[in-house]
Amino acid sequence: MAGTAVRGRLTWQTATVHSLVDETASVRTISLSVPDWAGHRAGQHLDIRLTAEDGYRAERSYSIASAPGEPVAITVERLDDGEVSPYLTEELRAGDEIELRGPIGGYFVWEPALSGPAPLLLLAGGSGVVPLRAMLRYRSRVGSSVPVRLLYSARSWSEVIYRAELARLGDGVQVIYTLTREQPPGWTGYARRADQAMIAEVAWPVPQAPLAYVCGPTNFVEAVAADLVALGYPAQQVRTERFGATGTP
Amino acid sequence: MDALEDGVVDGNAIGGLLIGVFGAEMTTAVGTCARCGAVGQVAELAVYRPGLGTVVRCRSCDNVLMVFVEVRGVTCVDLQGLAQLA
Repeated sequence: MAGTAVRGRLTWQTATVHSLVDETASVRTISLSVPDWAGHRAGQHLDIRLTAEDGYRAERSYSIASAPGEPVAITVERLDDGEVSPYLTEELRAGDEIELRGPIGGYFVWEPALSGPAPLLLLAGGSGVVPLRAMLRYRSRVGSSVPVRLLYSARSWSEVIYRAELARLGDGVQVIYTLTREQPPGWTGYARRADQAMIAEVAWPVPQAPLAYVCGPTNFVEAVAADLVALGYPAQQVRTERFGATGTP
Repeated sequence: MDALEDGVVDGNAIGGLLIGVFGAEMTTAVGTCARCGAVGQVAELAVYRPGLGTVVRCRSCDNVLMVFVEVRGVTCVDLQGLAQLA
């Protein structure tokens, strides 16, 4: 196709930080007041742009952590060598303004009509749980009874995001953890990186026509998606979102 | 996701960039590789951000499908690696 050059058309807007909640020692949820928000779908993301005094700009994408209909929130993990996440998790205060654009994305989204009565399989590596949490909240909000299993791989129990909320889900939602580096005393759950045997135990059987969403670091997503396809999941029933090599949950 | 600090991600990460360029949600658009003919949704393509811009590659043959570079607020777009984007 021929080359071209066009101006951007997705509008940056100013949002105000409404509140901040610490999820873990390095993860914070930021609720935002966005005056001109068109509404979002569960699983979409937004872009945040920071501008330094000298005009230098850094842009990052963050999954939206809240369900459609709820105020916009993002959950940010601090990356020690990051340009944006240390500011968002340490400097930002309620009442501050930040620039964002969104909502963005139409592929890694869940709506009840997409899965019908078929079960949902959610697979999270680390902060990959964020868009899946938006899906779980949306499911509750719309009163869906679709059965859900969430496999959440984290390095340790203290790094599990939304712990209290995930413990309260009940009602057709099963949460299965694997803690890959460190386990609390008496831990009886999985204690290794997700592998084919684990995925085979956790995944809904193929004849139930499950729909799977996999989100996390690139290596996690590629391994898990390959395991699902090897189990017989059709590739188009496995939706993936990779966010780079930011550690190994 | 604090995406894109390093490594390869996927087409989800450039949804905002693509809306800016095409004026529409494009991650569900289907691209056809001009070299090997592989067909895939944009969200599933391999995306590299080496610093100066964004490079999108075919997952089957690694062909460069799209390149985006922003210069003074204008995004330059090279789609020569795509036979089709629909």
